[in-house]
Amino acid sequence: MRAESDISPPELDPNRYWPVLRYLDKAGIAIAPIPQDLDDRDLLASLYRAMVLTRTFDQKAVSLQRTGRLGTYASSLGQEAVSVGVGASMHKDDVLLPAFRDHGTMLWRGVTMVEILQYWSGDERGCDFAGPREDFPVAIPVASQAPHAVGVAMAFQLRKEPRVAVCILGDGATSKGDFYEAINACGVWNLPAVFVINNNQWAISEPTRMQTAAPTLAQKAVAAGISGSRVDGNDVIAVHDAVSRAIDEARQGRPQLVEALTYRLGDHTTADDARRYRDDAEVSARWQEEPILRLRNYLVGRGWWTKADEEALIKEIRAQVDAAVEDYLAMPPQEPTAMFDHLYETLPQALSEQRRMVEDGDG
Amino acid sequence: MSIDILMPALSPTMEEGTLAKWLVKEGDTVSSGDVLAEIETDKATMELESINDGKVAKILVPEGTEGVKVNAVIARLVEEGESSDAAAAKPAPKAPKAEAKAEAPAGTEAKPTAKAEPALKDPEIPAGTEMVEMTVREALRDAMAEEMRRDDKVFLMGEEVGQYQGAYKVSQELLQEFGEKRVIDTPITEHGFTGLGVGAAMAGLKPIVEFMTFNFAMQAIDHIINSAAKTRYMSGGMISVPIVFRGPNGFASRVAAQHSQCYASWYGHVPGLKVVAPYSAADAKGLLKSAIRDPNPVVFLEQELLYGRKFEVPKLDDYTVPIGKAKVVREGKDVTLISFSYTMLAVLDAAEKLAAEGIDAEVIDLRTIRPLDAETLVASVKKTNRAVVVEQGWTAYGVTSEVSSVLMEQAFDWLDAPVLRLGGADVPMPYAASLEKVAIVQPEDVVKAAKTVCYKA
Repeated sequence: MRAESDISPPELDPNRYWPVLRYLDKAGIAIAPIPQDLDDRDLLASLYRAMVLTRTFDQKAVSLQRTGRLGTYASSLGQEAVSVGVGASMHKDDVLLPAFRDHGTMLWRGVTMVEILQYWSGDERGCDFAGPREDFPVAIPVASQAPHAVGVAMAFQLRKEPRVAVCILGDGATSKGDFYEAINACGVWNLPAVFVINNNQWAISEPTRMQTAAPTLAQKAVAAGISGSRVDGNDVIAVHDAVSRAIDEARQGRPQLVEALTYRLGDHTTADDARRYRDDAEVSARWQEEPILRLRNYLVGRGWWTKADEEALIKEIRAQVDAAVEDYLAMPPQEPTAMFDHLYETLPQALSEQRRMVEDGDG
Repeated sequence: MSIDILMPALSPTMEEGTLAKWLVKEGDTVSSGDVLAEIETDKATMELESINDGKVAKILVPEGTEGVKVNAVIARLVEEGESSDAAAAKPAPKAPKAEAKAEAPAGTEAKPTAKAEPALKDPEIPAGTEMVEMTVREALRDAMAEEMRRDDKVFLMGEEVGQYQGAYKVSQELLQEFGEKRVIDTPITEHGFTGLGVGAAMAGLKPIVEFMTFNFAMQAIDHIINSAAKTRYMSGGMISVPIVFRGPNGFASRVAAQHSQCYASWYGHVPGLKVVAPYSAADAKGLLKSAIRDPNPVVFLEQELLYGRKFEVPKLDDYTVPIGKAKVVREGKDVTLISFSYTMLAVLDAAEKLAAEGIDAEVIDLRTIRPLDAETLVASVKKTNRAVVVEQGWTAYGVTSEVSSVLMEQAFDWLDAPVLRLGGADVPMPYAASLEKVAIVQPEDVVKAAKTVCYKA
């Protein structure tokens, strides 16, 4: 006879063990005391500006794709606070390892709009950014950047440099071996790395509950022996605070996992139509929580933002984005021989021959 | 000036779609961002937004039209105040890509293209150089130790490389000399540590990633190919991946189907990688040193059964062998025997046996699989007019197949017989010792093939 036993996992209250850091409610009202250094008009205005820029750029990129002037593009609509919050939390000489939806972080770090557009048009010259030279290009394979981040962190550790590798992943990426292997190795070696999960609730058509039975993604840190935390990814103040603290900890050799809870208001990419698998009602409800209006309401409430400020900002950003698009469209296409240019540092002889054939037009 | 509105592509594979609905009509004024129309495909419905301000001059494709080709002109805008007739006179639209201006804007001048490699030569070993006998295992260790002394960016990582001194004792004494920061025992996670090695290389270090065997590296092949081989290319040259993946490859002795596989042709297939597979201790040392210095990712295929073999190695302070250069290890005039790594043993043995029968075989050790040294192979076949190519792996789509093709393409008129390929039996490696022996190329097989191409069988 078998003894009665309960073999189901203990019921953990995620909100107790993994509280969500939040300063602003969805209406932009402060619900907790905001740390003094963050509650600063200039800082918050710069975050607001960066989020508006990200969204304006994003909308323009989608329009360009729709009119055949850009390749498949992944919009970050609704997730601007995660993107910008991470960028604002990093030191200049930290290294970013982005996924493919982190335009806001890249822009904050100094990658230009023209470079991002070039990349998404299929022109590798867009990855050779003039700005943050040591940042990584966009990782299209899911989660492959996670072990790369461990390698970068290991390089920092070996060279005794006080720098941090900051890796952004989607919720779907946490199902991959790369993610587990990466956080595990970071735990073993106490590496200076931060993994930020942009939990936008959807991996193409699969909601997070189809990725994992765990009630949070942050708790996955426990198995790797590193710290995990959750933050409201639509509250840029909270993201900035949580990720800054995680980066500070990581710099001391304590790797971190931060789960930022947000929502993908747009399609997965321009090759996707989310209306085929999720309710408009769900999306409409989530629009009530989006990050840009939330911060604007707070700024207005504090008397830090006027209608004139808003109008001036919109005008300035539109002009900036339009100018970038114009520059991008004016870029001459690559020479056909460009396909040989960066395959090896020096071209092996067999390839020199192929290159010559392309050059001569008999390829 | 009028602006063409083109049928958009929802995805790169979309060729046509249905213009479901116009949300504007001729004469309407539109602003950037206004929705002009709804487009449908079998997969999705999308809104087509205007990216310009202007007036709808002409709608060229009525709503409800099916099968509208991507990039077809579906409407025309004119600037506010401009006559709608201007639109009609416009010549046929160019493809959107062709809009690019001919002159490069400042700051976008072409990057220098990759330099071509100079002709490769084996290093001259000065006359009178002392030769020391050492095993392949020692030669590999010495190569790593010398490069680690030379460059503090070089480090070794893998399973059992530190405390245990290497699963096959290749990393002996490295931990003692370089410490645990540069000789790193990893968790059992080929995929993970390969990815992090690639990341470390991208961040400026020069990792040597040891696989306990390349059979375990199948877990890691995504990072070897997608991350290591392609990142320089996909980053427009911004990021180098100077990394060496090394470890035993191919069969050993009775380790059965899953642990007896040769990956030379797998990696040899991939642009962006260099692939090296030495036979002798001198080449193992010289090529590994070159691989560690190479700014590109190098897959370095060793062979467990060769680790304990002794060869003469020149005693020089800095002995390197160029990647991409095959070696004529025995000169001959009747037939060219081409191989690499472990099967060099069978080929060299066969050459002796053939000599006893009056057939003078030339033997070439490929040493590098990619880039292949076609020049040396073709020059030899132009002399002997016959060739047998031998590998330890399967011949189907194999290294021997590639070499045969190169000879057919570049030396066809000099060949007096079809090139023959020899490799492992086209089955998973049997576990039984008796069957394993049959599955591996033996010297007698090479002798027979050589006689066949000499029409003396």
